[in-house]
Amino acid sequence: MKRLIIGLVGVAAFALAGTQAEAQQPKRGGNFNFAISAEAPHYDPHGSDTYATLHFSSPFHSTLLRYNLSKFPEIEGDLAKSWTVSPDKLTYTFVLHEGVKFHSGDTLTSADIKATYDRIRNPPQGVVSTRRATFADIESIETPNPNTVVFKLKTANSSMMDHFASPWNVVYSAKDLAADPASPRTKINGTGPFTFVEHVKGSHVSGKRNENYFKKGLPYLDSYRGIFTLQAAAMLNALQGGQVLAEFRGVSPAERDRMIAAMGDKLRVEESSWTLNLLVLFNTEKPPFNDVRVRRALLMAIDRWGGSTGLSKISTLRAVGGVVRPGSPLATPEAELVKLPGFSKDIKTSRAEARKLLKEAGHENLKFVLWNRNLAMPYTPAGVFLVDQWRQIGVEVEHKQSDTAPYIAAMQSGNFEVAIDFSNLFNDDPTLSMTKFLSASKNPLNLSRANDAEIDKLYEQQLRESDVQKRRGYIQALEKRLFEQGYQQPILWWHRIVLSHKTVMGWKMSPSHNLGADLAEVWLNQ
Amino acid sequence: MANLSPTVPASAQFVLPKRPNPILHFVRAQPMGAVSFIIIIIMMFAGLFPQFVAPYNPLDIDFASILAAPSWDHWFGTDAYGRDIFSRIIYGSRTALVIGFASSALGSSIGAVLGIASAYFGGRIDNWIQRFMDILLAFPIIVLALVVVAALRKTVIYGVDVNLIIAIAIPIVPRVARVVRAAALSVNVMPYIDAARAAGYSDARIIFRHMAPNVTAPFLIMFTAFIAQAILLEASLSFLGLGVTEPIAAWGLMLSGNAADFYREAPWMVIFPGVAISLAVFAFNLFGDSLRDYLDPRFKT
Repeated sequence: MKRLIIGLVGVAAFALAGTQAEAQQPKRGGNFNFAISAEAPHYDPHGSDTYATLHFSSPFHSTLLRYNLSKFPEIEGDLAKSWTVSPDKLTYTFVLHEGVKFHSGDTLTSADIKATYDRIRNPPQGVVSTRRATFADIESIETPNPNTVVFKLKTANSSMMDHFASPWNVVYSAKDLAADPASPRTKINGTGPFTFVEHVKGSHVSGKRNENYFKKGLPYLDSYRGIFTLQAAAMLNALQGGQVLAEFRGVSPAERDRMIAAMGDKLRVEESSWTLNLLVLFNTEKPPFNDVRVRRALLMAIDRWGGSTGLSKISTLRAVGGVVRPGSPLATPEAELVKLPGFSKDIKTSRAEARKLLKEAGHENLKFVLWNRNLAMPYTPAGVFLVDQWRQIGVEVEHKQSDTAPYIAAMQSGNFEVAIDFSNLFNDDPTLSMTKFLSASKNPLNLSRANDAEIDKLYEQQLRESDVQKRRGYIQALEKRLFEQGYQQPILWWHRIVLSHKTVMGWKMSPSHNLGADLAEVWLNQ
Repeated sequence: MANLSPTVPASAQFVLPKRPNPILHFVRAQPMGAVSFIIIIIMMFAGLFPQFVAPYNPLDIDFASILAAPSWDHWFGTDAYGRDIFSRIIYGSRTALVIGFASSALGSSIGAVLGIASAYFGGRIDNWIQRFMDILLAFPIIVLALVVVAALRKTVIYGVDVNLIIAIAIPIVPRVARVVRAAALSVNVMPYIDAARAAGYSDARIIFRHMAPNVTAPFLIMFTAFIAQAILLEASLSFLGLGVTEPIAAWGLMLSGNAADFYREAPWMVIFPGVAISLAVFAFNLFGDSLRDYLDPRFKT
């Protein structure tokens, strides 16, 4: 009898395992509706720093390399079939998949890779290349044959592989770029798993399966629709009602709890720390923010530790950290961080010092406009928090919340005094996070418009340093310089919570919402 | 000789009736109107001198008191930032009154001028003005305000969003113009208007000096009624994220944002601003109705 029971349990377990394995077999077909909480200002990831552009554009494009999200931060090939790096780390050779087609029907060759990377590192007039500085070490790009591309560097760069895997560096057609280098801002022609169907402003973007996608068997979906849901409440209602099946950026703890209560076991919740922070940013070309005392005073008035405790209950903001994600290997430890301006735990003394600095600078009754995006989470809580913090040292702030496109236009044109900016990273490499602080003359991404030779020097030193301890020293020195000068400073780092219906399969969670947005492996279990 | 001079007994002397105090008369005639007027006065006092009424600064964040229930410390509880809801409602009355009064005054004044001009000139001008008013009336009031506020964006002067006031005023214009035109049509055929025309007065003088004062009653009624509409519209636009911006205290804004996330755990976040909006709208509507009844001669016969 005992043997019979064990046998039956064994058969049942085998059958159950078989059912689960069958359930995990991807199913082809179906239309997938998901929410995008902001509308892309344009279609070109090269010139963008908002996830809205990536969630919009990624399904249409491919990159040279990419992150394997099952083993993050391991890198794998995308358009590159294989690659080699020379021992001196000065030559990177990539062999491309054969027969890759653009949606226009043209075949992808190494010339397209070269044209793409030339556009990123030397953008023609009128083209914005947000991460131009990350490829400053490239001396030349060679195309010995249609399937091989060789990058030669001036000096070794420890972050180069991460830059090749960046989701922002999507590959464009050389033919398109020759005709009009700015065309990717308004036209889509990629090699990605989906072809562009339509973009209805204020409503949605849609795509259908690319039957010629070079990864055989992918994508699984017939089509998808990314629906712009600028209001969090609208997005959550749509998720609950099944009009959308997922939102891949992230929601707040309160929104998570509400959806769990409403949807129960139909909902999948995935959480991670986030390679994303909000920064306070001063336009150093506009008085009085050209005065280091004013900038420093404003940073010293912010109680990040208290703010972290409160804001983490109501928003996606959570961890206090410097320029590198807290908890990651090269992050500044808390004991060191509290010594830097703006990170003291003794907020009373810090604010007294801030008032003194403002008085010295002759700006005791300072008034200014704080620019912010009109995304409820977590931009609004961050704005409300800063207004309150600065009010406590006698500073009066008008909080101006704007749509993404005019906000970015104001940031790029320098038509602002103080703003809440974001550092939208896709890995923990410090070079990536610190590029933003390079002198404006070297990097258009530095929206503070500050030029600081010392920061540039420390950036270079950490970039070339292979010894981890020494590199950490350079990173901390750069951080100290940056915060003492007060050009810009992280407010808090985010915590990522992604909600999806359990019918959505194949999507992989990571610490960055910029990754895994191409939907190639997503399928619907229904 | 008999004294033939007439004598009138003191009791028979004609005495002019004493004119009643207009305020007391209004209170007796329209008791509900008086109650609503008191509510409006309280609101105005709170809006003008919030620092004497509110126990806290409406912008004060207190993370130790997040979502605190109503208590002696926080009469109406606190919101998701630990801000005192009673204080935010008191300060919010300023936002509501400034936008309500300004929008209604602007919309009603433009509407009145257009209505009188339409009645006075008649013919083609009347036709053009009224067809334009028909176009504006074709849009629901909230839709028209939404379109205008989205098109104009924000222009903040002295802490007040001027474009929001314009957006709320525009839907008021045709509604006031219609009513005032009807009243002005009857004034336009009065002999004193003909006399003014015969005397060679300019059109502007006739409209502003002779016609406008005679349509004051419908104008005042519409003006007060539309203050309520404007307050409601401002709250709706703020709720939709198109009105005032955080952290400014505004009733509509208090119902949106974090309130949508936490109203289950902290219902006071939505109950008290909702009551404030309802009370203000109720008071202005009631006062407008009472004023109409009080000023309308048909109700006095």
